[in-house]
Amino acid sequence: MKKSLKKYFPIFMLPTFLAFCIGFIIPFGMGIYLSFCEFTTVTNATFVGFKNYMKVFTDATFLHSLWLTALFTVVSVILINVLAYAVALLMTKGIRGTNIFRTVFFMPNLIGGIVLGYIWQLIFNGILQYFGRTLTYSASYGFWGLVILMCWQQVGYMMIIYIAGLQSIPGDLYEAAEIDGASRWQTLKKITLPLSMPSITICTFLSVTNGFKLFDQNLALTNGQPSDKTELLALNIYNTFYGRTGWEGVGQAKSVIFFLLVVVIALLQLSATRSKEVQQ
Amino acid sequence: MKKFLAIALAAVMAVGMTACGGASSSSAAASTPASTASSTAAAKGSVYYYNFKPEQADQWVALGEEYTKETGVPVTVVTAASGTYESTLKSEMAKTDAPTLFQVNGPVGLASWKDYCYDLSASDVYGQLKSDDFALKDGDKTLGIAYVIETYGIIYNKTLLEKAGYTAADITSFDTLKKVADDIQARKDELGVQGAFASAGMDSSSDWRFKTHLANLPIYYEYQADGIGDTDAIKGTYLDNYKAIWDLYTTDSTCEPTLLSSKTGDDALSEFVLGEAVFYQNGTWAYADIAKDGSLTDDEIGMLPIYIGAKGEENQGLCTGSENYWCVNKNASAEDIQATLDFMNWCVTSDAGKKALCTDMGFVCPFEGFTGEYLPSNPLIAAADQYIADGKTSVAWCFTTMPSEDWKNSVGAALLEYAQGTGDWDAVKTAFVDGWAAEKSAAK
Repeated sequence: MKKSLKKYFPIFMLPTFLAFCIGFIIPFGMGIYLSFCEFTTVTNATFVGFKNYMKVFTDATFLHSLWLTALFTVVSVILINVLAYAVALLMTKGIRGTNIFRTVFFMPNLIGGIVLGYIWQLIFNGILQYFGRTLTYSASYGFWGLVILMCWQQVGYMMIIYIAGLQSIPGDLYEAAEIDGASRWQTLKKITLPLSMPSITICTFLSVTNGFKLFDQNLALTNGQPSDKTELLALNIYNTFYGRTGWEGVGQAKSVIFFLLVVVIALLQLSATRSKEVQQ
Repeated sequence: MKKFLAIALAAVMAVGMTACGGASSSSAAASTPASTASSTAAAKGSVYYYNFKPEQADQWVALGEEYTKETGVPVTVVTAASGTYESTLKSEMAKTDAPTLFQVNGPVGLASWKDYCYDLSASDVYGQLKSDDFALKDGDKTLGIAYVIETYGIIYNKTLLEKAGYTAADITSFDTLKKVADDIQARKDELGVQGAFASAGMDSSSDWRFKTHLANLPIYYEYQADGIGDTDAIKGTYLDNYKAIWDLYTTDSTCEPTLLSSKTGDDALSEFVLGEAVFYQNGTWAYADIAKDGSLTDDEIGMLPIYIGAKGEENQGLCTGSENYWCVNKNASAEDIQATLDFMNWCVTSDAGKKALCTDMGFVCPFEGFTGEYLPSNPLIAAADQYIADGKTSVAWCFTTMPSEDWKNSVGAALLEYAQGTGDWDAVKTAFVDGWAAEKSAAK
């Protein structure tokens, strides 16, 4: 059995490996190469060295997008995880109709980002209309609109992960805590939180990377308006590549920097939360 | 059971793979004419036209099929979804079967594609062109040929204007335009309108009407005054006039300036069509959309020049020009290039081609053969012709020399902030003058 597995291993792997090469490795390698080039179409590029990378840091919109994205990620990670954890705690308390609630909370995830963006744009504009404003009137409206949208979409998803984590905590620990006379706050702090650290690791990882890579919702909700002030990194890269003649290589360089940034931050975050995980 | 499962999985994978293959063209509507023609393709070459104008997508496909029927040369027409032409063209041109015929929007668009453009100087279609004004040149090479001439101005509702006690003849300058608009705005309840001008929406579906088309006027007058056709450093001599007309658009409007950022092109169109606004800045291409609704007849609409209060504007006509230039891909095979040139020539010389361009697509074409019956029945074009017949000078489309999309965007953003009160006019000046110099030098 094992022998034949070994023998046919390449054949079974081949389709997936090919797909992985075509869909990931080749474009990735090309992308890195193109970030050192000037080009209009990707098959016809001239090598220019680090010129594109120098241009990136003189581009004010990139730096603006960078700190805006960082701010957005911090705000959305905190809000999404606190809310999701709170909802998950409620949903494991055995309230009547828990299953219905769980389904309802999870549902926003089933809608695509572009659709969500347009729906929320209508909702926000409908409300702001009463005050004689629109969502793209000022950058802070767009920013908080995006935060609300992301919370609405992501809380349900993170909640499911937290519920799974909470349910795996053995009941005898709670029993022991109760006998020892621990208050509810103490139980939460000393038992529930430390034991759900693995799910917190996953959820923060997901929300940090989601926050950094956010594109669809940003595009559909405000499209960077007004004056590109609500333009997050991914959208900024897209606009540089397609919106500016002669800046294709700069857009490519931006995306390489963006990739490195996301990797570094995700690794830092993983090691930070992992160290807090405890063995049962 | 296991066997069934394996087959099912294989099928799913196959479907997935073909779906991936198809997805790349999902943003464009492709149409390949009858496959019977492909047998002759090798000998005669083929045409792949990547069309910019979504309004005429179906008509081009039909014309391509007709050409295939007549000559056996396969013609593929693909049309970009609105606003995605440049991005899709970038990926289309990288393919093995790249478009043989594509479009650029003027000198600035040509700058990024000139390495791909075939020199059309010796082509038949270039010989058909009425004047060299309609050709895009780089040195002595002819790289682009305009195939449609368009005109824009302030479209107005004759019925409502007469109801307010005016006719188009009363409006001959910025001052009279402002007087009429202010009066209509003041009596809007009595006249049953929401405002004099349709909303000057700054959503991306509508902002080009102001950051590009309206901004053309101060640039045109500055070029006229200095006797030039392009510049590396604009002075902004006529920016005060730009401010005046923009103030007029946003004050005598159907909506509060604070709502402009989300108003779309469709909003403005519907306000005009439903008779909620008297004036609507747009061009001849908007006729199809206005007529589609049917609530305004051809007799009820006309077009006025955009007066901004510049000297000598009593002789100003409408803004006429082109931002649709045909370019032939020089990297295509020799047969394909020849097939494409033949197709272009056929479009502008044969009866079927001329009829399709003028009647079905409603184009005014700058080629020799388009006279008499080959002129479209569009009241807005008739209005444009009337101004020329009256001896008015058409305003050229100087916006094709605007340095970049980025320049337009920053001017648009500054205009919006000024209108809604979160920025001041100095920001528009900075974006206009300093931005011009910065973008022009960046493009070099």
